Amino acid sequence: MNRETAFNLVLAAVLLAAPVIAFAANEPFYVALATRIAILALAAAGLNLALGFGGLVSFGHAAFFGIGGYVAGIFASHAMYSEPLPFGLPATDQMPVIWLVAALLCALAALPIGAISLRTTGVYFIMITLAFAQMIYYFAISWPAYGGEDGLSIPVRNSFVGLNTANALHFFLICYAVLMAALALTWRIRDSRFGMALQAARQNEVRLAAVGIRPFRIRLTAFVLSAVLTGLAGALFADLNRFASPSMMSWHMSGELIVLVILGGTGRLFGPVAGAILYVLLEYALGGMTERWQLFLGLILLGVVLFARGGVVGLVAGKARYD
Amino acid sequence: MTEPVIEIHNLAKSFGGLRATDDVSLTLRRGEIHALIGPNGAGKSTLIHQICGTLMPDSGSIRLLGQDITTLDAAARAQLGLGRTFQISSLAPDFSVLRNVMLAVQGRQRSSFRFFGNVMADRSLTDPAMKALSQVGLETRAAIPASELSHGERRQLEIAIALALGSKALLLDEPMAGMGKDGSRALTDLLDVLRRDTPILLVEHDMDAVFALADRISVLVYGRIVASGSVAEIRENPEVRAAYLGARP
Ligand SMILES: Nc1ncnc2c1ncn2[C@@H]1O[C@H](COP(=O)(O)OP(=O)(O)O)[C@@H](O)[C@H]1O
Ligand SMILES: [Mg+2]
Repeated sequence: MNRETAFNLVLAAVLLAAPVIAFAANEPFYVALATRIAILALAAAGLNLALGFGGLVSFGHAAFFGIGGYVAGIFASHAMYSEPLPFGLPATDQMPVIWLVAALLCALAALPIGAISLRTTGVYFIMITLAFAQMIYYFAISWPAYGGEDGLSIPVRNSFVGLNTANALHFFLICYAVLMAALALTWRIRDSRFGMALQAARQNEVRLAAVGIRPFRIRLTAFVLSAVLTGLAGALFADLNRFASPSMMSWHMSGELIVLVILGGTGRLFGPVAGAILYVLLEYALGGMTERWQLFLGLILLGVVLFARGGVVGLVAGKARYD
Repeated sequence: MTEPVIEIHNLAKSFGGLRATDDVSLTLRRGEIHALIGPNGAGKSTLIHQICGTLMPDSGSIRLLGQDITTLDAAARAQLGLGRTFQISSLAPDFSVLRNVMLAVQGRQRSSFRFFGNVMADRSLTDPAMKALSQVGLETRAAIPASELSHGERRQLEIAIALALGSKALLLDEPMAGMGKDGSRALTDLLDVLRRDTPILLVEHDMDAVFALADRISVLVYGRIVASGSVAEIRENPEVRAAYLGARP
């Protein structure tokens, strides 16, 4: 087993063990903290697919995070009052159905956003993904039926067959399982033919075209998959907070996701997990000491970019290698 | 006489006021090595780029095996069997040498939308890739990142990639540059074998290699073909001697 695999297993074990112990010790706050880590790691794992493996610096992934959140919120409120959903869909509070709808809507949104944004590269790509996300953000806050600027509260967390989602540990385990499934998927994709083409597109698109593979389609597919994973995280995040907030779609959130990926290690399988652990713990530790904790986060990020380009995973396991 | 593999008619391309390709017509026939020579800045690379689709011509047409490919993009042309090397090597630098070639095998198989299955355990990718690497003599370097190769080895790798693509025609832009004497001799031998299956349009400054390999030579000066003929004809041509060969004893 190489160093990176060992480190990944340690991260997975710690992220599972900590909330189980906290729960046993009757410390629900720390269970919620671990849940927040798992969900942000999932959102960042989605972004990592586009940014890390594909080199696509999307500054608009909060849009998908928010779409997922609103799907959870809208389903929850309709289920509460047994009102049918738009398009005559029956109301349900079952998470798997909600996730499926969130995934589909994110894919539907990501397809045109990606198709247009991927005509550009570099700073223009960053700006156009940001612009799309802002459009969706302003749409959300001007939509009074679902809370407008106030957001949408979720009085009762959506449910999952056989589990009690109101139980902090049960809900954590759901989030953890989805995260692990997403990481397993990312791992398979990374090592697949598609993954090879995607990583080649990041390194040299002229080379990719010269062997008969169109970079555009590869990137668009990755962008859509990436949006779907981030959207799933959004649905869980809204259920965690029992609240779908427009701030989930704000550019701060997009920036936060990028920060998570870079902190953890861009294009590393467990980079998003390492990044989310570090980020949430810093937020917790520094946020308790000073209101300006983001200033310190900025300094740490600067340090990572200047001195540890591989992020946490890079520091521990060295540079990524392709055999 | 069979139809040419590549057929270029009246190709023109300007960069602002500069005519980089000026009414060029050219063919590449089955089994031949057609050398394209000319001083720096004559427009050789620009011509290769237009044949491969990385640059679009202003006018004129390009056919591959009878099919008009003038408006196709680079990926489509590669799928039809145009293999090329770049004057300045263009590789996936983080990938191993083997992976760079596997990418071409995958491109040839049009199988890039498979999301599962580890590529390194996939013999249908690794076997053809290793075969192409041993053809160019790079098999012992398969596992190292492409960025760690020497200049000459990068050229060899690009040729392996073009071979793995199953190319029906090869366009090589100065493949000998940066190779030592031994390297260029080995590559000369390889190209001599390859031409039996795959005709080659060869841009090259190494005159020993050109004279040893070429069936025909065309001389490009300021974007125009000023002479075209057999090795003997080009050697004798006074205009060529003055414009080009004379300047490079
Ligand atoms: N993208 C470009 N934009 C403007 N001028 C170019 C471009 N590419 C090549 N040129 C010019 O076109 C001419 C031909 O260049 P090139 O095809 O690279 O020559 P060669 O390969 O024969 O040395 C040169 O004068 C070069 O400066
Ligand atoms: Mg050139």
